Amino acid sequence: MTAGAVLAAEGRWRAARTRRWRAVALGGACFAAAVLASAWIGEVSPARLVRGLPLAWDYIHRTLPEIGLASVGADIAHWMWGFGDWVALLGDTLLIAYVGTVLGAAAALLLSFPAASTLAPGWVVGPVRRLLEFMRTVPTLVLALVFVYAFGLGPFAGVLAIAVHSAGALGKLFAEEHENVSLGPVEAVRAAGGSWPAQMRFGVLPQSLPGVLSYGLLRFEINVREASVLGIVGAGGIGEELYLAVRQFEYQDISAILVLILATVAVIDVICGRLRRRVIGVRA
Amino acid sequence: MKRSLPPQEARPAPRPARLGATPLLFGLGVLVLLVGLWRVDANPARIWEGLSRLGWLFALMWPPSPGGVLPELLHGLAESMAMAFLGTLIAALVALPLALLGAGNIVGSAMLRFSVRRLYDGLRGIDTLIWALIFVSAVGMGPFAGILALAVPDVGTLAKLFSEALEGADRRQVEGVRAGGSGRLLAVRFGLLPQVAPLMLSQVLYTLESNARSSTVLGIVGAGGIGLALSDRIRINNWDEAAFIVLMILVMVAAIDLFSRAVRLRVIRA
Repeated sequence: MTAGAVLAAEGRWRAARTRRWRAVALGGACFAAAVLASAWIGEVSPARLVRGLPLAWDYIHRTLPEIGLASVGADIAHWMWGFGDWVALLGDTLLIAYVGTVLGAAAALLLSFPAASTLAPGWVVGPVRRLLEFMRTVPTLVLALVFVYAFGLGPFAGVLAIAVHSAGALGKLFAEEHENVSLGPVEAVRAAGGSWPAQMRFGVLPQSLPGVLSYGLLRFEINVREASVLGIVGAGGIGEELYLAVRQFEYQDISAILVLILATVAVIDVICGRLRRRVIGVRA
Repeated sequence: MKRSLPPQEARPAPRPARLGATPLLFGLGVLVLLVGLWRVDANPARIWEGLSRLGWLFALMWPPSPGGVLPELLHGLAESMAMAFLGTLIAALVALPLALLGAGNIVGSAMLRFSVRRLYDGLRGIDTLIWALIFVSAVGMGPFAGILALAVPDVGTLAKLFSEALEGADRRQVEGVRAGGSGRLLAVRFGLLPQVAPLMLSQVLYTLESNARSSTVLGIVGAGGIGLALSDRIRINNWDEAAFIVLMILVMVAAIDLFSRAVRLRVIRA
């Protein structure tokens, strides 16, 4: 290799390095600008952070129950004084999540076949997908606010809010499952004279059912978490009790209710995990 | 957020032995559904009445109008975006060291790993809105409480995802750096992090998308953002303005999704 070729290669390398540095500097500057702008709009400053974090820690510290070694049982009983009511409300929360998930999944299943691009014509797929997008983008809590107004206070509004949001989220995932099936069985049903619904029911669904059930169970886990806050806008469940405890500064009640929510969520996660592994076999 | 599982061609056929309990589970499911419907008081008359009122609401929502306070609404929306961005950033920065503690190939002690992972589960198990309630009481109303409320549960989520990414990394590159005579910390920095950085960034972007959605409702409990304006409009029955705010939220969420998808594609290709 001649010296000229070496110099040319080195020049190219230098140019590439300069370009890369420029890109990194530009990206870094944009990022720094975004951080500064957000901090300005979000009213955050290091001073505020330093002042706020001890306050937050102090608050959390105050919610911790006083449990002495000598009187563990009595202290825990004192801490969990509302245990019966709270468990009943948690039961309601689970029911809201369950009914909402089942209704939402049923709607999602109906909408997912016309939303699958391999199974339905293009002029159907587009509008159905936009509808699903709309349903899953409006936050559950906003839906709950609207439904509380329309259907009155209480868990029914919460069920509907969860159902609509879940239908949007699950419809997309179900449609993707349907798109992944082998088309052989669908053609077989069509060759035997099956109508479009029959093709979906006997050709597609048996193949996509494990995926559908698995996503449904996953959604149920998410919905249990969401149902725990619906009470804040008056849509039933444990959220209202928690909201009251926070508003009235009943520190120990806050931690008691949170511990119960955490335990419920953990139990549901374990059960759903087991069911999911059973449904989809090795795919878990 | 929802993440799709990778498509799989071959699925094992369900074994006949497993089908024994299926009708039982199915029946139980239907039973619980009926009990639930009874418990939430869902009767046809109520549904009908509610639906007619819902139709009336939709009529009131048209046409959506900013109600003459567009700058105020835009400021609320900007506040929501800022909260989502800063909340995600803080969560990612805190989650990174925590993830190193929770990864099996970095920390040997199973006991420490176990307790750290339960801590992540605890942070994740409580909804953002509950954290918002708590932080509003602790540090006062405003976007600062919202940022903390978004960051705390995401620390749990991201730390878990990060440590799983770290555990999935290739050992040989770490050993290569170690063989060059560097310490553990340098081995993590040059052997491990370069492998998992794109995956982590992509997870951070997913979190940003999710936070963009959550940040729009935190205002309902006073934690800043557009949610306060929205819940106020609903409370005083200004449905045309409420519809306008919902449309603004939809546009913002779509914009952030587009941005995050563009960045993710670049990162994966690079």
